[in-house]
Amino acid sequence: MKTAVITFPASNCDRDARMALEKVTGRPAQMIWHRESEIPSDVDFVVIPGGFSYGDYLRCGAMAARSPIVKDLVEKANKGLPVAGFCNGFQILTETGLLPGALLMNQGLNFVCKPQKLRITNTNTRYTSGYGSTQEVVYPIAHHEGNYYADDATLNKLEKNGRVLFKYVDNPNGSARDIAGICNEAGNVFGMMPHPERAVDPLHGGTDGLNFFKSIIESI
Amino acid sequence: MAKAIEITPEIVAEHGLTPEEYQIILDRLGRAPNMNELGIFSVMWSEHCSYKSSRRHLGKFLTKGPRVIQGPGENAGVIDIDDGDAIIFKMESHNHPSYIEPYQGAATGVGGIMRDVFTMGARPIALMNALRFGEPTHPKTKTLVSGVVAGIGGYGNCVGVPTVGGETNFHKGYNGNILVNAMCVGLARADKVFYSAAKGVGNPIFYVGSKTGRDGIHGATMASAEFDDDSEEKRPTVQVGDPFTEKLLIEACMELMATDAIIAIQDMGAAGLTSSSVEMADKGGVGIELILDDVPQREDGMTPYEMMLSESQERMLMVIHPGKEQLAFDVFHKWELDVAQIGVTTDTGRLVLNHKGKVVCDIPIAPLADDAPNYDRPHVPTEKREEVKAENIALTDINAALKTMIGSPDLASRRWIWEQYDRHVMADTVDSSQSGGDAAIVRIHGKNKAVAITTDVTPRYCYADPHEGGKQCVAETWRNLTCVGADPIAITDCLNFGNPERPEIMGQFVGCVEGMNEACRALDYPVVSGNVSLYNETNGQAIPPTPAVGGVGLIPDLQHFTTLAGAKEGDALIIIGETTGWIGSSIYLREVGGSEDGAPPPVDLALEKLNGDYVRQLIRNRRVHAAHDCSDGGLLITATEMAMSSGIGVQIDRPSGDFALSGWYFGEDQARYLIAVDENSVNPILSTADGKGIKAARIGTFKGGGMTSNDGLDLALSDIRAIYEAWFPALMES
Repeated sequence: MKTAVITFPASNCDRDARMALEKVTGRPAQMIWHRESEIPSDVDFVVIPGGFSYGDYLRCGAMAARSPIVKDLVEKANKGLPVAGFCNGFQILTETGLLPGALLMNQGLNFVCKPQKLRITNTNTRYTSGYGSTQEVVYPIAHHEGNYYADDATLNKLEKNGRVLFKYVDNPNGSARDIAGICNEAGNVFGMMPHPERAVDPLHGGTDGLNFFKSIIESI
Repeated sequence: MAKAIEITPEIVAEHGLTPEEYQIILDRLGRAPNMNELGIFSVMWSEHCSYKSSRRHLGKFLTKGPRVIQGPGENAGVIDIDDGDAIIFKMESHNHPSYIEPYQGAATGVGGIMRDVFTMGARPIALMNALRFGEPTHPKTKTLVSGVVAGIGGYGNCVGVPTVGGETNFHKGYNGNILVNAMCVGLARADKVFYSAAKGVGNPIFYVGSKTGRDGIHGATMASAEFDDDSEEKRPTVQVGDPFTEKLLIEACMELMATDAIIAIQDMGAAGLTSSSVEMADKGGVGIELILDDVPQREDGMTPYEMMLSESQERMLMVIHPGKEQLAFDVFHKWELDVAQIGVTTDTGRLVLNHKGKVVCDIPIAPLADDAPNYDRPHVPTEKREEVKAENIALTDINAALKTMIGSPDLASRRWIWEQYDRHVMADTVDSSQSGGDAAIVRIHGKNKAVAITTDVTPRYCYADPHEGGKQCVAETWRNLTCVGADPIAITDCLNFGNPERPEIMGQFVGCVEGMNEACRALDYPVVSGNVSLYNETNGQAIPPTPAVGGVGLIPDLQHFTTLAGAKEGDALIIIGETTGWIGSSIYLREVGGSEDGAPPPVDLALEKLNGDYVRQLIRNRRVHAAHDCSDGGLLITATEMAMSSGIGVQIDRPSGDFALSGWYFGEDQARYLIAVDENSVNPILSTADGKGIKAARIGTFKGGGMTSNDGLDLALSDIRAIYEAWFPALMES
């Protein structure tokens, strides 16, 4: 089992993601610099961390989605490599087209950081199977552009196919249909604005995120 | 070119220099300066850079202690927190720019204080702030609040350093001058602290970070003058921040600092390239020669004057070991930052600037720093006020009073602010403003210990009695750190005052500093860094004296700490410390009594130490479930905050006695703590306190869902919380 975290200029949750992966796998996670051209072939799971890649210039995630490493990431993800993006990582995944939709400015227009209650809407996935009958979890959120948008046809398709894995309880940002986290059709690529990697430690953010990582890692 | 301009008295005055100060320059140089040289003297001798009104008073502070590695005089203070770890921290003001352009002013305040910390080799791990705004109804207040909060969040969130706490007050005294004080705390290895003294001769000087533009020219001079009605025209002197570059600069500096390439490093803050090069040379006793053509420039045609006085952000100056140049280039290129060798150290003791093949400045460095004016400004002490007796202040309806208080501008929830700050990034925030606690708790990465951090000052006390107010702000931060179970170690300060040329303002300054120093000495709690911001006045109206204090302490074992939350159903509520019912200068007197009169509560420093050490000992012995110091709003507000945080109400049983109710519930006697403890702990705690000569009493029980008392108090927590949470959003949405 080998995990990796991609670091872009101004990624800032790369350490948070690495700590969470190492806690769950018990093994070091590899840090991959954005200028590298290839994800090592022995990597089993990649996290795209939160932050402000390239300063959020142009549009959140837009420049990262066109960086050298992401080109290879998209190819490997299309062949089945599990990839999860949190916060800015989710924004990057939508910019690559691996996940549908886009993240707009929060409805309240302000940055919002708080513990956020989420409802798990599908536990029969590689990312949520470990939650069993658990209905609700709390992950921290911290974002300014987290308002998930997609057209109705896309939203209908996501919901119909069980690709909405998490929904907000008390929607904090105006996301369409309270959607917090989604996966691709094959179920290997996942993105969400909340931070499960900041919910793996009782002293910091609680431990509700542990089962998220356990689920995907056990599925590999 | 530059010499073509004749230096007239008008030009001297425009540079903020007095005729006497200009005469000193003439004497030291033996000739008239050119414009570049005049500009350099003017910023180095500005109040902001030279501390010319405050220096002689700051020298009195206690600055040494067993854990102090570096006191004032460097970019930030350094303290030892065991195991080879060091904490590097400082607080700094960005008041003048934030009033003129709130978003960029606040953002660059955060950026600047972070650079002060990482320039010394520390990775920033926490940000704090202390904010003061005008009265909520003032037409500018809302815009300023939203701009400042967005600026602080916009910068800190992007760089990825958690903003873990702070304080915010509103008062009409800040209508014309808001205060934005930002604090940064960083973590370094004690044997890898970097200093700013340039050493050696012929060593390369590197410029790294952003390009130099025309922004912020004369910012330091602006921050050394009063405002008038036209101050908003000064907007072009406010710098613009780029947190993306700052983040890259942190990572690049950390990477280069892990090698042995750097001899000295200094960030370019106020007065930019001028102050960084002069300070590095002065501290190292060397000269510096720069080729200004090699300075990375954002715009064409910049003059030496503009380059030397620009306050463009996200820039650093370094002296590199000869032979390590390529290593430095490689690291900064990796992070896609500008990097250039722009000069060398020399043995001349002079600052020599070359531009387009000509020497455009050649002045001795020593007078810039050593001969800076050092004024003994006349000061008159603030007149002592009469005591206000609680017996004369009615408490007619305790339920109405609690509602008024908890929904008042200075006590209502700050959720609207802190939810805009990323408090969790870096994954080591154990406690933050989210709990409403006395101090933020940030774990040392990968270890089982933490730093506790707090900012505090009570300007209404400082205004009423600078000396007692000065004692109080230091004591309150010490108490705040105690409440989470930390050993208080040291403070940084940000001394915000009006025009020091007015004797009554200078009297406030001297009074506060002397009071602070008295508290520092009594509590073994030295000052390790700080900043002075004077001339916070508009049209002759000065701010209330506001010496903000940032305290840092150590929680050696994270098995043992407390917060505001954590009281359990059935816990006893104990007060440590004596309640006399001091109502003068209290929030109750202001919000309910409609008066800002009265002497502030006296601070007995021996009692502070006695009571605080006892509370900390109880926490360490795991006797305490929740703790909160009794400060703004008095006993009932403190108990209510604990109840809201724990989610359990409190039945208060006021001991019988000859009390004025207003004073007992809302008086602001110092050296007091409320703690929630198990029923079985009550007697041992009270009897031990008695043995130590500490006043302590059981005053209630945590139970139910409301605040109740034997004096008719009966309010549901949910109703109180609704009022508490409603005030700020209502202000911002009005």
